[in-house]
Amino acid sequence: MSELRFEGATVRFGSRRHGHVAVDDVDLVVPSGTVVGLVGESGSGKSTLARAAVGLAPLTAGRVLADGRPVPRHGRRPVQMVFQDPFASLDPRMTVGESVAEAIPRGFPGGRAGGASRRAEASRLAGLVGLPDGVVDSYPARLSGGQRQRVALARALAGRPQVIIADEITSALDVSTQGAVLNVVRDLQRELRLSMLFISHNLAVVRYVSDVVAVMRAGQIVECGPAERVLAAPGHEYTRELLAAVPRPGSVLTAED
Amino acid sequence: MRTVARRARPARSRSSIGRAPGGTGGYSVRPPGRHWGRSLRTPLGACAAALLAVMALIAVLAPVLWTGTANAFDTSAILRGPSPAHWAGTNNLGQDVFFQVLVATRLTAALALAATAIGVGTGLLLGTAPLVLGRRAGRVITAVVNIAVAFPALLLALFFAVIFGVGARGALLAIGFASAPTFARLTRTLSASVAGLDYIAAARIAGVSRVRLLTRHVLPNIGETLIVNATISAGDALLSFAGLSFLGLGVQAPSYDWGKLLYDGLNGIYVHPVAALAPGIAVILAGLAFNLFGEAMARALGVPELAGGAIVRAARTGRGARRARAAASPGSTPSTAPPFSPTEPDDCVLSVRDLRVSFPGGVHPVRGVSLTLRRGEAVGVVGESGSGKSLTALAIARLLEPPAAITADQVRLLGHDLLPLSPGGTNGVSPRTPRGAPDGKARVSGTRPRGVDRHFLGTSLGMVFQDPMTSFNPVRQVGGQLAEVATQHQGMTRRQAAARAVDRLRAVRIPGPERRYRQFPHELSGGMRQRAMIGMAVMGSPALVIADEPTTALDVTVQRQVLRLIKSIQAADDLALLFISHDITVVGQVCDRVLVMYAGRIVESLPSAALAASARHPYTRALLAAVPSMETDREQPLAVVPGRPADPADVRPGCAFAPRCAFADDQCRAADPVLATAGDGHQVACWHPQAAPAPITLLSGAAAAPASPTTPATPADARETT
Ligand SMILES: Nc1ncnc2c1ncn2[C@@H]1O[C@H](COP(=O)(O)OP(=O)(O)O)[C@@H](O)[C@H]1O
Ligand code: SF4
Ligand SMILES: [Mg+2]
Repeated sequence: MSELRFEGATVRFGSRRHGHVAVDDVDLVVPSGTVVGLVGESGSGKSTLARAAVGLAPLTAGRVLADGRPVPRHGRRPVQMVFQDPFASLDPRMTVGESVAEAIPRGFPGGRAGGASRRAEASRLAGLVGLPDGVVDSYPARLSGGQRQRVALARALAGRPQVIIADEITSALDVSTQGAVLNVVRDLQRELRLSMLFISHNLAVVRYVSDVVAVMRAGQIVECGPAERVLAAPGHEYTRELLAAVPRPGSVLTAED
Repeated sequence: MRTVARRARPARSRSSIGRAPGGTGGYSVRPPGRHWGRSLRTPLGACAAALLAVMALIAVLAPVLWTGTANAFDTSAILRGPSPAHWAGTNNLGQDVFFQVLVATRLTAALALAATAIGVGTGLLLGTAPLVLGRRAGRVITAVVNIAVAFPALLLALFFAVIFGVGARGALLAIGFASAPTFARLTRTLSASVAGLDYIAAARIAGVSRVRLLTRHVLPNIGETLIVNATISAGDALLSFAGLSFLGLGVQAPSYDWGKLLYDGLNGIYVHPVAALAPGIAVILAGLAFNLFGEAMARALGVPELAGGAIVRAARTGRGARRARAAASPGSTPSTAPPFSPTEPDDCVLSVRDLRVSFPGGVHPVRGVSLTLRRGEAVGVVGESGSGKSLTALAIARLLEPPAAITADQVRLLGHDLLPLSPGGTNGVSPRTPRGAPDGKARVSGTRPRGVDRHFLGTSLGMVFQDPMTSFNPVRQVGGQLAEVATQHQGMTRRQAAARAVDRLRAVRIPGPERRYRQFPHELSGGMRQRAMIGMAVMGSPALVIADEPTTALDVTVQRQVLRLIKSIQAADDLALLFISHDITVVGQVCDRVLVMYAGRIVESLPSAALAASARHPYTRALLAAVPSMETDREQPLAVVPGRPADPADVRPGCAFAPRCAFADDQCRAADPVLATAGDGHQVACWHPQAAPAPITLLSGAAAAPASPTTPATPADARETT
């Protein structure tokens, strides 16, 4: 795996005068083999930054580099992504195996001209994310939210990415399933030395998987540093606010603001 | 031409979550959404299909059998009325009109279908071109299509008819091309909505080509809608042909279609009207058959929505064995009426006894919920999604519609019965309510409250939903929607209502309430919208507020503000609060008492303060253990609840949690435990309640083998009472 680097990345929607800047001059590095957690409230530009990295949102300025080379805007990207909504992220008309196999690049096992059967390779990838073998032949409608997110993860891995971006992949899941998906993410990351940008608004979740934490607000990164440092001794006022708002078990919320 | 669009987005089939039978053998190999057969099951659909079948049969057979009969001249019987020899009379050449109508079926149908094919084909090309050609070329094509759509199809048809010339071929091309713009736009709209979905994005990132995106992902997902519309449009094409032929622009002698026959018949309409009526009836019947069949299909394939926007999909695909099994062990046995005191406390706001909700096909998502809320009390309901929390709330608020069936021994709000008890009474009785159903329970087929009841509910009960964007009308000012509650239910004048609305917006701490009053929902931020929603819930002076996942869509900081707001409003007005969430931490923070729900039942009820230390049900403890906190050990895998949530379509005897429970034994699998007292204000439905204090890592992570619980703890076999 290798490094993902944002250099002055800016995304502006709408016209110059009336538009608004969703991502504002962001410099951020996801070093090889590490997980960078990106936190911030919704609307702060986390997802737009992610989509800009894979060419789904147009960069107004700046660039995104994977291993020093700009990420192409067409064809297979070296950066693969897992999305938030488990119900929209898989084609209901394709079996799990077909969805996963489709992402395998040419020349790789299971890909076109890659030898090895597509199904076998899809099975292998499904196994990697802890899905039972039979899932490969089933349609997404049969799967739970957690299982779908694992399929999406397998599909991302099938693309032989240099970097994986996970955008709120557990936000739509119940705690019971969330744990299973996070365990898979953590195990895979350690096993394959994945470089990963892990986006979530849940601080406890980000803390659990990340080595580095970046805090985003209104399109800008306001703080970035080693996870323990940022969460234990936040340097920015907004990070402190976020940390204070995390619901803690056993605490009682009082009415006064 | 009308178009019947159904949501191209794959329905978030909540009902399908957790439906795969355990193990790997049970995964279906059948693609989803094949419900064509269902369109035949409605009377209308069946009639339309039968008509179409008859028409097809006639189209195939009539020209073979009766061409001679139809074309034979009978100079002795010119322009005769109906007679036993000629059922629909004869034309000016003495030919039998009835047989001519039969024989003309083939040409008429073939022309209509061919025109539709031309329209759909051209429309598909134009409509998908923007996806394949890229942004710039796409924009040009879309603009051209939009202009073309603005012209009435008949005008276009006439225009093309002039270009392509008089005759069957000209009419065919004219009608075909005239319907193309509508199809192009439909295709464009549908494919654009599919193209915006994440799976397309994922495929693009993976380097899948545009053409393949179209053929593999987009077309299969919009196909059903297109076919439905093509069917309806075939009916329209048939009518258009009749029109053109009738104007003399279509089929020319000696060929004849229904339009031509109609044209001929009309010449002698005063002499004998039947010659014009017969082809006319044929045109109408056939046109109707196509249209109705299309609509029946649309309905069968479409996605029925329940009230409140909270429950998404009703269509169940469970069948056969599953249904049989569910019927053999319906969720209604055994009754788990909890030991609540039969006498309600004086300050009781809401009292619910044995509430059940079911759907056709043996689906039992709520199976006997009982709860009591006192004035000023905040009670939380937690559980995984699909455990029946929302349905319970909607049932209490009378927001469920058929086919949901609600039964209960009692649902009382402030002493008023919300269940219809007296037939024809004023408290919202549905005329269809069978009084005294066999099991002696009041039964409602999910009726909306009416009359007095509606106003009573409108002022005494406030609801807050997860997504205020879908609860507000997007095209109306926020303030007006609040004020409406007061004019509708409290009989206030518009001015009073507006004042009250501004006051309520201020009460939920919306800055500049007068200005916000005039804004539209989309102009408010998510947190602000949720505040406004809460403001709406307290427009009347409710005694009870039900909040269903009110902060799930919000960020931690905003969530905390909204939770505080709910708490302060609750405290200020001494409201009873029923707070539903899947987040056990949040519920613990906000509520005095927590009800844990699993598979449509309450499995544990305890004071929030006791949650962390003395939860006793294995499910509650597993939920608590699964929440990652800011202190979770990063070197250990997270605790998970193994297995999958119970399937409300497949309720088996015994404890519903047994397949996922580490302490399950034969007793658990045989009999369902009842809620029993387990301490002060603490009730548990479990044969082997775990002793406090809770060992926090109860179930260790087993992500790769979710089916087997891997808990080392020893089952406590004696059921102790504290
Ligand atoms: N219209 C319906 N037809 C059939 N089943 C339904 C319908 N609506 C909801 N369900 C099922 O009822 C169960 C409980 O739903 P719900 O009350 O929304 O759960 P929760 O709010 O706890 O997530 C789910 O399994 C869901 O699939
Ligand atoms: S111990 Fe038995 S009764 Fe209790 S939750 Fe487990 S399976 Fe159900
Ligand atoms: Mg719900």
